[in-house]
Amino acid sequence: MTVTIVSSDSKEVHIGFDQPFCIIGERINPTGRQILAQEMRDGDYSRVERDALAQVSAGAHMLDVNAGIPLADEPLILADCVKLVQSLTDVPLSIDSSVVAALEAGLSVYQGKALVNSVTGEDDRLESVLPLVKQYGAAVVAISNDETGISEDPNVRYEVAKKIVERAEDHGIARVDVVVDPLVMPIGAINTAGLQVVHLVKRLREELQVNTTCGASNVSFGLPNRNGLNAAFLAMAIGAGMTSAITNPMHVEMMQAIMGANVMMGHDPDCRHWIDRYRSEGVIAGSAREGRRSGRRRQTQL
Amino acid sequence: MTDNHSEQADEIDLNALPDDELVEQMHDDLYDGLKEEIEEGTNILLQRGWDAGKVLEDALVEGMRIVGIDFRDGILFVPEVLMSANAMKGGMAILRPLLAETGASTIGKMVIGTVKGDIHDIGKNLVAMMMEGAGFEVINIGINNGVENYLEAIEEHKPDILGMSALLTTTMPYMKVVIDTLVEQGIRDDFIVLVGGAPLNEEFSQAVGADAYCRDAAVAVETAKQMMHEKRVHTASS
Repeated sequence: MTVTIVSSDSKEVHIGFDQPFCIIGERINPTGRQILAQEMRDGDYSRVERDALAQVSAGAHMLDVNAGIPLADEPLILADCVKLVQSLTDVPLSIDSSVVAALEAGLSVYQGKALVNSVTGEDDRLESVLPLVKQYGAAVVAISNDETGISEDPNVRYEVAKKIVERAEDHGIARVDVVVDPLVMPIGAINTAGLQVVHLVKRLREELQVNTTCGASNVSFGLPNRNGLNAAFLAMAIGAGMTSAITNPMHVEMMQAIMGANVMMGHDPDCRHWIDRYRSEGVIAGSAREGRRSGRRRQTQL
Repeated sequence: MTDNHSEQADEIDLNALPDDELVEQMHDDLYDGLKEEIEEGTNILLQRGWDAGKVLEDALVEGMRIVGIDFRDGILFVPEVLMSANAMKGGMAILRPLLAETGASTIGKMVIGTVKGDIHDIGKNLVAMMMEGAGFEVINIGINNGVENYLEAIEEHKPDILGMSALLTTTMPYMKVVIDTLVEQGIRDDFIVLVGGAPLNEEFSQAVGADAYCRDAAVAVETAKQMMHEKRVHTASS
C-alpha cells in the first residue's frame, strides 16, 4: 500500500491509502491576502506565526508555506518563513512556490523531509524541479497540467500525471514520493469539475498507485456557502480515494466532513477520534454518566 | 427536478408590453439568464423600429449593468452571471450584424489572453464572458501567449483594450515584456491595458506599466467601462 512519508526533525506524517486523511494547512500564503503580503515583504512575520500555531491547533497535520509576493525577494522570505514555522511547530511542511530558486532556498534550510509544492508537466519545469527534489530527498506534489493547459478530460490529465511520475522515477525519485494533484476546477463554471476529480482520483490510486492532494477550496469559487460545498467535495473526494488536501483547517464544516469521511473509510477505528471530538455535544447537561465516562476514557491523539 | 423558468415566462406576452415595460422585462430576463426571451425581446424592439444601438444600450447593456452590480455585491453568483452573459450573447448575435451595417460600434473591443508559460484560463475566460455580457466584443486568444501572439491579435482586431492574465509569480513578469514591446513600437498608448490574476496587485500593475489591475471579473468590467468612457471624453475634447 502506498505511503508517502514526510517529516520534520522530530515528527513523521504518513500520507497513504490506509491512513486518516492528511490536512495540509493553506493559510501561510500571501496570494489574495494584501496585509499578509505587505507584512511578509517588510519582514514582519507575526501573522505567519499566528497562522502556523492556529492551524496546527485546529488539526492541520502539515503546513503549506508560500511566499509568492510580487516584486519581493521570494527565496529569502520563503526560507525565513520555513525556519520560523519549524521553530514554532513540529509538523512537516510543504514548501510552496513556482520559483525554483525559492524552492531551493526553502529546502536548503528545512529540517527533515519536506513536500515540494509543486512540479507541473512541462519539460523545463520537470528538469528544474525534480533534480532539487532528488537532491534534498524530498517528496513532491505533481500537478497534472502541462504546456497544453488544463484539460477538461480527466484521462488527459491522468496521462500528464503518469508522465510526471515516470520522469520522477527517471530522476531516482520513488513513486511513493510523488503526490498527484488532479486539479480542482470551479464547479460554478464547469459543471463536471467534481466528477472529473472523482474519476481521476480513482484512476490515480488504482492504476498509478500514487497518493493525491488538491486545493479543495477552488471547487466553490464564485458560490455562496463555500465551506458547505468544500465539505461535500472533500467527503466525496476522500470516498474516491483522495489522501490529502491543502485546505483551511480553521473551517469547522470542512474539518467535520474530513473527520466523518475518515470514519466512513474505516480510518478511525472504533470511531475514537470522532467520539473524542464530539462526545460533549451529545451529552445531556448534568448527566451522571458524563463524569464516569470521561474519567475512564483512554486519551487518544491523532 | 429542474426549475422550469420558461413556464412562468410564457405567461408574459412580450409583444403585448409597451416599450418601456418590455425593456424592464428584458432587464429581468437578463437577470434570470433567459436567452430565448432576450432574443425575442430584441427582435420585438427591432420590429418596432428601434435602432440596434438603442436596443443594445437601453435593454441589454443596462440589464447587464444591474447584473454586474449584484455580482459585485455578492447577491448573484458565478453560474448565474454566466447564464446572464449567455442570454446577453443571444441578443448580441442578433444585433451585431445590424450594428456593423450602420457603422455603430459596440461599446468597445478587447483582446484577452493568458501570458507565456502560463496555462491557467478559467479566470481569464470568466472575464471574457463578463466583458461580452457587458456588450464588449471580446477576442479570446487563449493561454501561453508570447508577445508575438498579442501583437498579431491587436494588429488584426484593432482592439480598444488589451487584457493579460497570469496565475503564477513566475509568469506574471511577462506582462512587462509585452507592455515594453508596445512602448518600443510606439503603440502603447493606443490601448487600455488591463491585467489580472491571483498573485497580482495594484503595485505590480503600475510597475509593469499597465493601466489598471482588476481584482475580479466584475471589477474588470467596471474598469473597462470607466476607462472607455474617459478615453471617449478625452478623444472628443482633443
